[in-house]
Amino acid sequence: MIEFTGVGHRYGERTVLDGVDLTLPERRVALIGSNGSGKSTLARTVNGLVTPTAGSVRVDGRDPARQGSAVRRRVGFVFSDPDSQIVMPTAVEDVAFSLRRTVRNHAERTRRATEVLTEFGLGDHVEHPAHQLSGGQKQLLALCSVLVLDPDVLVCDEPTTLLDLRNKRAFAQRLAGLRQQVLLATHDLDLLDGFDRVVVLDEGRVVADDEPGPAVAFYRKICAA
Amino acid sequence: MTPLGLYEPGTSLLHRAPAGPSLLVLLVFAAGTVAVADPWLLAAACGLVALGFVVARIPWRRVRPLLRTLLLVLVLVGGIQWWLLGPDRALVIALRLVAAIGAASLFTLTTRVDDLVSAVQRALGPLRRFGVDPEAVGLLVGLTIQSVGTLSGIAGQVRAAAKARGAGGSVTAFAVPFMVRTLRHADALGEALVARGWGEGGTDDEGGAADKNGAADESGAVDESGAVDEDDSTDGDESGRSPRRPTGAA
Repeated sequence: MIEFTGVGHRYGERTVLDGVDLTLPERRVALIGSNGSGKSTLARTVNGLVTPTAGSVRVDGRDPARQGSAVRRRVGFVFSDPDSQIVMPTAVEDVAFSLRRTVRNHAERTRRATEVLTEFGLGDHVEHPAHQLSGGQKQLLALCSVLVLDPDVLVCDEPTTLLDLRNKRAFAQRLAGLRQQVLLATHDLDLLDGFDRVVVLDEGRVVADDEPGPAVAFYRKICAA
Repeated sequence: MTPLGLYEPGTSLLHRAPAGPSLLVLLVFAAGTVAVADPWLLAAACGLVALGFVVARIPWRRVRPLLRTLLLVLVLVGGIQWWLLGPDRALVIALRLVAAIGAASLFTLTTRVDDLVSAVQRALGPLRRFGVDPEAVGLLVGLTIQSVGTLSGIAGQVRAAAKARGAGGSVTAFAVPFMVRTLRHADALGEALVARGWGEGGTDDEGGAADKNGAADESGAVDESGAVDEDDSTDGDESGRSPRRPTGAA
């Protein structure tokens, strides 16, 4: 369960989040809003990448600002640009890199990394240079690198921004099948099928919070205004 | 175009050689090329490296860009040395460069970065008592090798963008966006490393008591089943949800 209590955040003089109160027990939650609405900042507070300047965040009762390591073991994060997330030269090494702190045995790390890559359709690219994969494959690789640690919560910040329609659908399908609680910050409304709850942000405030249909309709309305 | 090649999968003797001893051999070899000034010996060292590429069965498509880079280095560095120091010294320096860069490329083409990082961590393990963090140094080595390819890719994209704007020869049109993109990449990489559990101490402010499946920490907010204490769920309804804002009410 993710809880935001009076969460506010400022970058210098600019307020990007303002008094966000949310309790999110649902499995599939989306944050939508126009550019600069604060959805990425809010998503980043969940694993402590951003520490709010006001209020508090709790993930299963833990505070990411004070218990960063413990929270990050539970919360995986997928960024919009997989190139920035890939650390090692080949796909299998990158996934295995995530396991370095928890699995000492090299062969076991490689085995588990290969297993996850195969599960996500990258079995033929295990030894492939990671930066030479297609955009969709890179994003799947980023997802594998996070999921190999079996987190309880997955936060995705605009994960389909750089993907074409086919890869976007493939990525959405993978997300839909996950056991994890997913918090998705996006302005790609096609991804919201099957989501339990959609929170609309505007100028750092929650302006709507509903099921996908009405929330998206409301978002379209404020965008058109 | 990068002098250091990414790993090329294979089963050759060089591929199977353990990363630690391979790195040691590379360091000794590189030091040797600096110590030796006999062009015949240096030429023999270059021949040895070439033989290494054959033994490792590195495909031509991987060798070709390396040769292009070496040729460029030779023309630039060799030319300047020839002009400054004469042909004999220029030849020695050029051969040193070819041998050292060739050996380093062979090493990265036949050694997984993951193995190299593990080898560095193992080697530095005893220094932990002196305050050295082997994991951090290993990660640094891995990232350094990885960044060669990344920076090379950024440079290529920036050069193409400058050319498209008709500023192919402008140093400013290359240097400014290259630096901006490099710094942005460094920022994003740092953030990604933190998100993946690196770049932070092993403990939390409250003692790092909680592990993934662990019981409650000092905040006492979570029990082993993951249920939230009543004290912590003050603004939820019976289902644990926060009250939703009606979509038309904002």
